[in-house]
Amino acid sequence: MPLSTQSQGEDEQYILVTSLDNARNLSNLLKAISFKDHAVFTTTPNGLKVTVEDCKCVQANAFIQADIFQEFTIKEDLITFQVNLTVLLDCLNIFGGSTSAGISTALRMCYKGYGYPLTLFLEEGGVVTVCKINTEEPEEPIDFDFCSSNVTNKVILQSESLKEAFSELDLTSEMLQITMSPSQPFIYHRCLFLLSTFGSSGSAHYDYSKDSDMMELFRCKETQTNRYKMSLLKPSTKALTLSCKVSVRTDSRGFLSLQYLVRNDDGQICFVEYFCCPDEEVEEDS
Amino acid sequence: MQCVVTGGNVKVLAKAIHSLSRIGDELYVEPCFSLCVNQSVQTVFRSVATLEKTVEKCHIELDEAKDRLTFTLHCKHGLLKTHNLSYQDSESLQAVFDKDSYANVFRAHPRLLVDTVVHFPLSVEEVTVTVSDERMWVRNHVEDEAERSRAMLTELCLASDEFDHFAVKAHHSITFCLKELRGLLAFAESTGLLLSMYLDEPGSPVVLSVTDSVLEGNFVLATLSDDHNLCKNNNKGPDAEQPPPPDDFMNDDIDSYLIAMDTSVAPGPSAANPPTTSLAAARETPSDRHRIRRHSEEEEDGDRLPNKKFRSIFFGSVLPPSPQTSMQPVPTQEVLASNSEDETEAD
Repeated sequence: MPLSTQSQGEDEQYILVTSLDNARNLSNLLKAISFKDHAVFTTTPNGLKVTVEDCKCVQANAFIQADIFQEFTIKEDLITFQVNLTVLLDCLNIFGGSTSAGISTALRMCYKGYGYPLTLFLEEGGVVTVCKINTEEPEEPIDFDFCSSNVTNKVILQSESLKEAFSELDLTSEMLQITMSPSQPFIYHRCLFLLSTFGSSGSAHYDYSKDSDMMELFRCKETQTNRYKMSLLKPSTKALTLSCKVSVRTDSRGFLSLQYLVRNDDGQICFVEYFCCPDEEVEEDS
Repeated sequence: MQCVVTGGNVKVLAKAIHSLSRIGDELYVEPCFSLCVNQSVQTVFRSVATLEKTVEKCHIELDEAKDRLTFTLHCKHGLLKTHNLSYQDSESLQAVFDKDSYANVFRAHPRLLVDTVVHFPLSVEEVTVTVSDERMWVRNHVEDEAERSRAMLTELCLASDEFDHFAVKAHHSITFCLKELRGLLAFAESTGLLLSMYLDEPGSPVVLSVTDSVLEGNFVLATLSDDHNLCKNNNKGPDAEQPPPPDDFMNDDIDSYLIAMDTSVAPGPSAANPPTTSLAAARETPSDRHRIRRHSEEEEDGDRLPNKKFRSIFFGSVLPPSPQTSMQPVPTQEVLASNSEDETEAD
């Protein structure tokens, strides 16, 4: 196989060597977080984490565990670098990104260390392409300090029901309001898990009944209503589309954590996560 | 005001709204008085395909105190979608028409007209519908006489037996907007109901309606008034009144056109068709007549046309729109297949 014809010597220079029989198992996940040009790669013996941030208010992470890769060799405990994500995705799809069964691009991704480019060997149908992408000084990702012990409300839904809502969201609304409540204090809504928009023509509400078969878990400690900038959350729709399940959590500060369970082409499980700061604390529904 | 729409009817409501959105930007809702809701109502019913699968019930409520019209969609899996739309009070709009008094009534499956309008390019804004005892012609309306010589002219003819009901008392020719027609045809087709068309003199609105036990839709379209119609349709011949397009092959007008084109006619089932008015003034000589008759006879034998749903021919105007039409095509126009016989016939 062409990709393994590299000399033994060269291989030894790499501090990170990963390979995938199907590059889509990486590119699909990266597409789900590609709302900005640059991404920080953090690699540990456990696997690869790719982080994208915007406005210091929203952060997306894609996790690909080591056992997803056909080969995962790492010579250090922690390797981080930053690359242009758009360029990386273009390279991963260099053969046109065919989605027909049986045709996939094989990938070998290697890194020699600080100052060296990220080298990609891509093969499809006997044709090999080598791409070298310059790496940059990684920016420190924000720590949203979101810990499970501080989680106030948590809901796990099957993605199918949320997909519809997200695809219909009124984009003229600046905010997406999320309300979670253990009880039903409001007159108009059965207000349990509610997504609301306030656009130029009026308001729209998506009310997910606690008794719905789409809702797998509903654990709310207190009533919370938070607003998040639509422009920051709308990109998460890509991750939602790929996923089969989503967990929505808010903590006492109103910070939002969206976790998506994604099954790749081979049925293996990967995760994508979005964190978002609230725009303002809203105590009562308007 | 409160109303509930259930099951498959939600899809009908959604399609009605989509269809109306192709006609105008504002929607007037009239339960007991009228309001005007802007186009946002279309977003409530955005995807008809999804609606069909997921919406079980649609509840519409008017809250006068808050100036709010609320649509509540009860969907599968316990999802409840609520859309609160603002509206403005407006004066009641009443279209003045009395379709039962109209001279001409037609009824057919919308598919017939859908298949007809599909032949017009999207750029065509208006169509002219002309009716006689046995036929209905639909052709694109060209505003400018100058444009007429450059424009592509399309004309289709529907026979009375293609309609479920075809009753003509007066031979009228009316012109109205195609865009609105397309929109309403899409809706009518989706209802699966027969479409009725009420046609009267130019200037009177044309009414197209679908009716069943739960729904009545009347689409009233304005038509160009008489003087408008006459000016535009004038063939510049000596006649002030437009003669109905000829519809049989023995007619010399078609034949003379065919000679000029030197074509054994458009490919496919369509042989000759009534020419546009600009050709009606074409001159011919007795010798033409004789020769031509044979030519078209041969053609006619080849096709059993009455069996075809409708005939159509696309042709550009090769003949200049002048009454003194010579058999020669305009020198500046590209002649794809010149007719050497023209030289002998031309006057």
